[in-house]
Order: sequence, then C-alpha cells, then structure tokens
Amino acid sequence: MTKRTTLTTFLRLCLLPLTVVVIAFFLLPMARLVIAGASGKLGLSAYAAILLEPRYRATLINTVVLAAATTAVTLAISTIAGLFLQRHRFSGRAVLVAMLTFPLAFPGVVVGFMIILLAGRQGLIGDLTLSLLGEKLVLAYSIQGLFLGYLYFSIPRVILTIMAAAEKLDPSLEEAARALGASPWRVHLDVILPALGPAFVASGAIAFATAMGAFGTAFTLATNIDVLPMLIYTEFTLSANIAMAAALSVGLGLVAWAILALARSFSGNAVAAAG
Amino acid sequence: MRARLLFAAQLAFTLAIAAFLIVPAMLSMLAGVTANYFRGIQSGLTLQWVEQVWELYADTIVRSFVIAFATLAATLIIGVPAAYALHLRGGRLARTVEEIITLPLAIPGLAIALALLLTYGGFGDFRRSSLFIVAGHVVFTLPFMVRSVLAIFAAIDVRTLDESASSLGASPWRRFRDVIVPNARPGILAGSLMVVTLSLGEFNLTWMLHTPLTKTLPVGLADSYASMRLEVASAYTLVFFVMIIPLLVAMQIFADRERGT
Repeated sequence: MTKRTTLTTFLRLCLLPLTVVVIAFFLLPMARLVIAGASGKLGLSAYAAILLEPRYRATLINTVVLAAATTAVTLAISTIAGLFLQRHRFSGRAVLVAMLTFPLAFPGVVVGFMIILLAGRQGLIGDLTLSLLGEKLVLAYSIQGLFLGYLYFSIPRVILTIMAAAEKLDPSLEEAARALGASPWRVHLDVILPALGPAFVASGAIAFATAMGAFGTAFTLATNIDVLPMLIYTEFTLSANIAMAAALSVGLGLVAWAILALARSFSGNAVAAAG
Repeated sequence: MRARLLFAAQLAFTLAIAAFLIVPAMLSMLAGVTANYFRGIQSGLTLQWVEQVWELYADTIVRSFVIAFATLAATLIIGVPAAYALHLRGGRLARTVEEIITLPLAIPGLAIALALLLTYGGFGDFRRSSLFIVAGHVVFTLPFMVRSVLAIFAAIDVRTLDESASSLGASPWRRFRDVIVPNARPGILAGSLMVVTLSLGEFNLTWMLHTPLTKTLPVGLADSYASMRLEVASAYTLVFFVMIIPLLVAMQIFADRERGT
C-alpha cells in the first residue's frame, strides 16, 4: 500500500514543474489578455468592435479571404504534386521530395525574404518581366506577396501530409473501380480524392490557421499590409491601444483554435498550427 | 502515349513548384557570397558579407543558441517527467492536461506574446532578460517534447518495465532514472531536435518579447531585411541555413530510422 502512495506522490511531483510553468506562463497570461481586452475605454464592447467597426471588420474579412485562398491553392498544388510523387518512382525523386520539404523549418521572416528575392524590387520575377515584357512586375510588398509567402510556407507541410495519406490508401479499391470500367478521371474523383478527405481537412486547417495568425512574413514584406496580425501589432506599438490589441488577439486566437478543433473532430487527428 | 504525356505534365508541374521553393533559397545563398548581387556572380565571390554579419550580429547568433539550449533544458526537465506521469495516470485528467499544453500551437504567437507582456511587463528585470524569451519559447515548444516522449511510451510497454523494476525493489525515482528515461531515449532525442530547431527560428513571440539588448537571430534577420544591403541580409540568412540544416538532416535520418524499425 505504501508503495502505491510513494508512486502517487512521485507522479504528482513529476507533474509539478509542468503545472507551475503552464499556469504561470500560459493560463494566467491568457486570462490577463482576455480581461485586458475588456478593460479599455470601450469595455466589453471592444470584442464586438472587431465585427462592428468597419476598419477592423474589413481587415478581418481580408485576412479570412487570404487564408482561404492560401488553403485552397495550397491543397490543389500539393495534391497534384504529392500524388505524383507517391505514385511514381524515378531517378531524382528523393532529391525532388527533399527540395519540396526543405523550407519546412524556415521562420516567417525568412519566408518573407525569399519572396522579396523572388518578387521584390530587385527580384527574379521583376528581372524576367522587365526583359520579356519591358515592364517590371513587383508583387512582394502587397497582399499578393503575402499570398506567395503563405503558399511558400504551407506547401511543404501539406505535401508531406498528403504523401503520407496517399501511401496508406488501399490500392484494391482503386483496382476494383478500374475493373468496373471507371476512367482514370472517375477513379480520382470517386475513389482517391474522397479517401484523402481527412488529410485535406487536417492539413487544410493547419494552412488556414497558420495563414490567419502568421506575423513574420507580413512584417518582413510591409508593415501596411491589411491583415489581422499586422493590425494587432500596429494597434499595440503605434497606437498604444492595448485593449483593442488584446481583444483582437483573443479573437484571432479563438478563430485559429476553433478551426483546428473542428478539423480534429472531423479527421480524428492531432492538428497544430505552425508559425 | 497519353500516360507518358500525363506523366510529363505532372513532372513539369512538380518541378515548377520545387523551383518556386528552392530558387529563392539558392538566390539568397548565392547573394550572401557575391561581391555585388546587382552585377551578378561575375563581380566575384567573397566572404566579406559573412564577416560583416559576424561583426554586426555575432551576439544575436550566440544568444539564439543560449536561448535554444536553455529552452531545451527547461522542456526536458518539465516535459519528460510530465509525459511519464501523464502516461501512467491516463484517463480524463491526462487528456485534459495534454489538451491544455497543446493550446499554444493553435493560438498565434502574437497573442501569447501580448499576454506575457501584459502579465510580466511590470517585472522589469525579468522582462529585460533573455529569460523572458526563454519562458515564451518553453510554452511554445513544450507540447512537442511531451508528445514526442508520450509517443515512445505508447510504443514500448512502460507499465511492465516499471512494474518489474518495482518488484526488484527500485524506488520510483530510481525506476524513472534508470529504466524509464533510457527507454524513452528515441522520443527524447526527437523532441529535443524539434525544440532546438523551433527555438532557433522562432520570431512571432520573440519579436514582441525582445529588448534592444536581447535580440535573437530571427529578430536580427528581420532587422537586416529592413535596413541592410541585400548581400548582408543574404549572408545572415546563409548563417541561419548553416545552423538549421544539420538539425533538419538529423531529424530526417531519425524519422527514416524510426520508420525502418
């Protein structure tokens, strides 16, 4: 019996550092943030202002549209490339996979710099369009640049998920469909894509939540891009409107969390954003 | 014939996507060692920009490593015993705890940083030290360590190991130290690689938490992107790649070996 109690005590001790750190540096601060959001001159209605105040609402809509576009395009690109890489074996395939997943560990700021090198004032696209069309195309410092940045950021993650899911597909289903006379197109539409559904939901949710909350890329490209994280940053540092910054952060956190939680209840998998 | 055409089209598409990802990274590495990026490679190769980065930003590079290893030490001390306790206890409490510590992955770093600033901004000495950044990094990386170790515990039979050691009369602490930790080593190692990589590259939290005296490498990078010539910014990015690539390769080798066994 005493053996049980010593074990129970030991297990409690094991959880003690975690409990202290999580309460002190996460739960308490988050509670403080929620309260701060309601303690400006607007009071609780600061939370309503996210939706009611035209400037905040416009930014919110902008951010959601950008995140949705990023998710849709990333899924389309990654499905084509991921299925291709999973189905074919050719020399150089491993190198190609490595190239597609190499940017996984790039922080948002570095991704921003990659977009500047690609589509900035002295970027590759600018040089190419200048010599081909006689006009320099500069996309980097606008919402298009941010879109490219989020694609850059999301594609490696989503490709990995889709390749892993495609690896586990049951080939006999596909063979059965083919034996029943389905065209390759119908096999894709009716068998393969539905089977990849959970992977789409899981990786799409990550791409969406990440694009909603990512700050580094927007910060590198331009401080006046109209997205939620930049709005929070400028409210906090330039306008010193701490209550509104807190309310917007809580709103952003809730949306990101809700999307990941929803995706998880659909796909039954642990899903996390990356930043 | 149609199949070949389809194969070629898909290959071309995949190559184009790979180029989109890899060409800017190559350009950046090249720009970091080119004498004059606008005149191109014919202006000659040089290490002068890398040297300049070292002169300007050596402190941020060193600080990033110190913070990454402090974060690693903290996540090891906090995460490994916690994973053990969570695994042995199981049940709803364990699931709820896991759920809570995973929340920082869903909530944008900006929100967490703001929350930390609002709570600890008044504690001057703590707020001004690198420890403040470590606290943020620990909150953000802890779930990776805990889950990585939990995954190993799920794969090996911890309970039997623990019980047989217990029947030999080992105290809980001895069992943890001599039996559990050595058996959890693959998970601890994978978690550690993840924690160090994430901490070295963390920007969203760190930008808000840093002071002029506690700049980390990603903070310095943002600074150089905004105010330095392209070659210096590129050389600095190159230094970051050189730091991060061995970690990525180690993680890949590790993942492959796990899959192989």
